[in-house]
Amino acid sequence: MARIVVDVMPKPEILDPQGKAIANELPRIGLSGFTEVRQGRRFELTVEGEADEQVLAQAREAAEKLLSNPVIEDVVNVSVAPEED
Amino acid sequence: MAQNLTAEQTPLVADLSEPATDSRLADVRVGVVTFPGTLDDRDAARAVEIAGGTAVPLWYADKELNGVDAVILPGGFSYGDYLRAGAIARFAPLMDRIVDAANAREGMPVLGICNGFQVLTEAHLLPGSMIKNEQLKFICRDQALRVENTDTAWTGRFEQGQTIVVPLKNQDGQYVADQRTLDELEAEHRVVFRYADGNPNGSRNDIAGITNAQGNVVGLMPHPEHAVEPGFGADLSGSGRVQMRQGTDGLDVFVSALEHLLR
Repeated sequence: MARIVVDVMPKPEILDPQGKAIANELPRIGLSGFTEVRQGRRFELTVEGEADEQVLAQAREAAEKLLSNPVIEDVVNVSVAPEED
Repeated sequence: MAQNLTAEQTPLVADLSEPATDSRLADVRVGVVTFPGTLDDRDAARAVEIAGGTAVPLWYADKELNGVDAVILPGGFSYGDYLRAGAIARFAPLMDRIVDAANAREGMPVLGICNGFQVLTEAHLLPGSMIKNEQLKFICRDQALRVENTDTAWTGRFEQGQTIVVPLKNQDGQYVADQRTLDELEAEHRVVFRYADGNPNGSRNDIAGITNAQGNVVGLMPHPEHAVEPGFGADLSGSGRVQMRQGTDGLDVFVSALEHLLR
């Protein structure tokens, strides 16, 4: 079994109201060092067997077609997760 | 005795038995798609009936459009919104038929309201997308809109620049698109409705609704189908003060499409 991680982030030019709300909250719990927060999504796709190039290509297609909306989001990472012990 | 009345005999608030101004309107069949999670399908169907047309219920898993002349994707929610609003609904079997019919040469009229607008953007029938409202709040209020384009299949009865008031109720209502898309929409006069009296949610260029190049597909976030029936509409109207919930400014959206199809 292998796991592929897909990370999706809002495009830099798109306001991220959720990230902004989180950034406003941080000082209230005493963490004032952060100037900006942006909130994205992480997907984990599991396959039987090896995560070969063909599987990665399918994961990239899934990321572009379904997991993200290219109008507002960028797929910033599609990679094989390191194996856990 | 009330309990002996069939559904057809139960008195309705709007008297649908009155003949429409143009009896041919009843020949126009408008499909209203229900997805799992859709809330406003019956309101949309009722709006079509009050406008004088015939509403045809469609189920998202249907394979065919059942010979309808136009389609409404109503508001509410749709399954899969947890990914992005409309993101999974757009892969419903019926959506392929709708996309084909909308892109055909004769261009079937398609209206997406609220979540339906989001489904249309996810299906690439309309550009841009909706993100969370700027203030991260669910907004529910009567909203003034300026009608900016009366050449679409859904706005022919309005006057250019007319103000209408219809309810707005959503959390993901902030219209966004890249600058090139916004410039294109403006240059081609494809902004159909613009927020008037202030921008409620941070939408780019105050955009409340847009159309495709052909003018047959229209999407908007506010709800014209909730302002079609005296007693259940908005508290306000674009044409002045109205009695409580007597605002019916949304009705002409539906009448426009019926008349467009008769031409």
